[in-house]
Amino acid sequence: MTEKNQNWEPWEVFIQPGQGAPHEHAGNVHASDAEMALQNARDLFARRGKVLSIWVVPARMITASSPSDSGPFFDPADDKAYRHPKFYTVPKGVRGV
Amino acid sequence: MKSDKNMISRLALWMGDDALIIGHRLSEWCGHAPILEEDIALANIALDCLGQANSWLKLAAEYGYPNKTEDDLAFFREAGDFTNLQLLEQPNGDFAKTIVRQFLFDALRILFYEKLFLFADENVAGISGRALKEIKYHFRHSRSWLIRLGDGTPESHMRIIRALEELWEFTNEMFEYDETGARLASLDLIPGTESLKENWYILISSAFREAGIDIPGQDRYFSTGSRNGMHTEYLGHLLAEMQITARSFPGAKW
Repeated sequence: MTEKNQNWEPWEVFIQPGQGAPHEHAGNVHASDAEMALQNARDLFARRGKVLSIWVVPARMITASSPSDSGPFFDPADDKAYRHPKFYTVPKGVRGV
Repeated sequence: MKSDKNMISRLALWMGDDALIIGHRLSEWCGHAPILEEDIALANIALDCLGQANSWLKLAAEYGYPNKTEDDLAFFREAGDFTNLQLLEQPNGDFAKTIVRQFLFDALRILFYEKLFLFADENVAGISGRALKEIKYHFRHSRSWLIRLGDGTPESHMRIIRALEELWEFTNEMFEYDETGARLASLDLIPGTESLKENWYILISSAFREAGIDIPGQDRYFSTGSRNGMHTEYLGHLLAEMQITARSFPGAKW
């Protein structure tokens, strides 16, 4: 191991439940390195049900919007109906959209 | 054919005893592990081992102990009837000792299951195929911890060395078979002791090298006789705790 970290940091866990499905946030684990994070994630979140793949990401690598951003970030989207894809119908049998 | 079944029953007994005893030892960590995530990891591995024990002892009973069940074999035998490796009954000690014990055993089990997976008897092959997947994960877990601790802080490094010193004397009998084992090996149904030892050594060497830990030498006392019922005092204490409920309430269901 080249990088030694004695403070176990939180890692965010994303799991992919099926072929073609997006990785979804499942929760977080503590770990001192990536391999431990992956194993802990497997033990916590992949014990039951089908899992195809796991991503683990150090929580500090995630940049999040803050609550005070929410007005300027998200409100303008509300009143622009033309941005919503509702003027056509999705054919039957199309999945994963 | 009958003698074949008896041989398989004997093999299943020691595979089952190994899995049962290590599974019970690991379950003792439940609620005590260093961190929550590791608590769950150890409990998961313990459950896998107990599941394997269940399958093996069931097969042992079916092929060799008429009118007995896997529960009879697990809970109503005495220490001298158990065939598990003495390595596995050793107390958990600190986390490093548990990891070293697990790693030495996982490496052995991978080699065993890779061979048993090809067994002509479909019960043996079936149990082994499923167990092999589980044990590969156990090995990955114990191996990465061994390296992390061995190559970690001076404290964790020292603890791995101490654990290895304490446990090394129990490794030699991994490659020691009873009469049935010797026959199965001569029929090439289970790994031969020489090649098993060689491959095991290769498997553990790379990890200890990465961990920066020297493997102890051969010039010391080694335990012997597990497969014929020889044990350390620790097995009796373990069995007392493991068997008391079944013995106090025979036939209890829950």
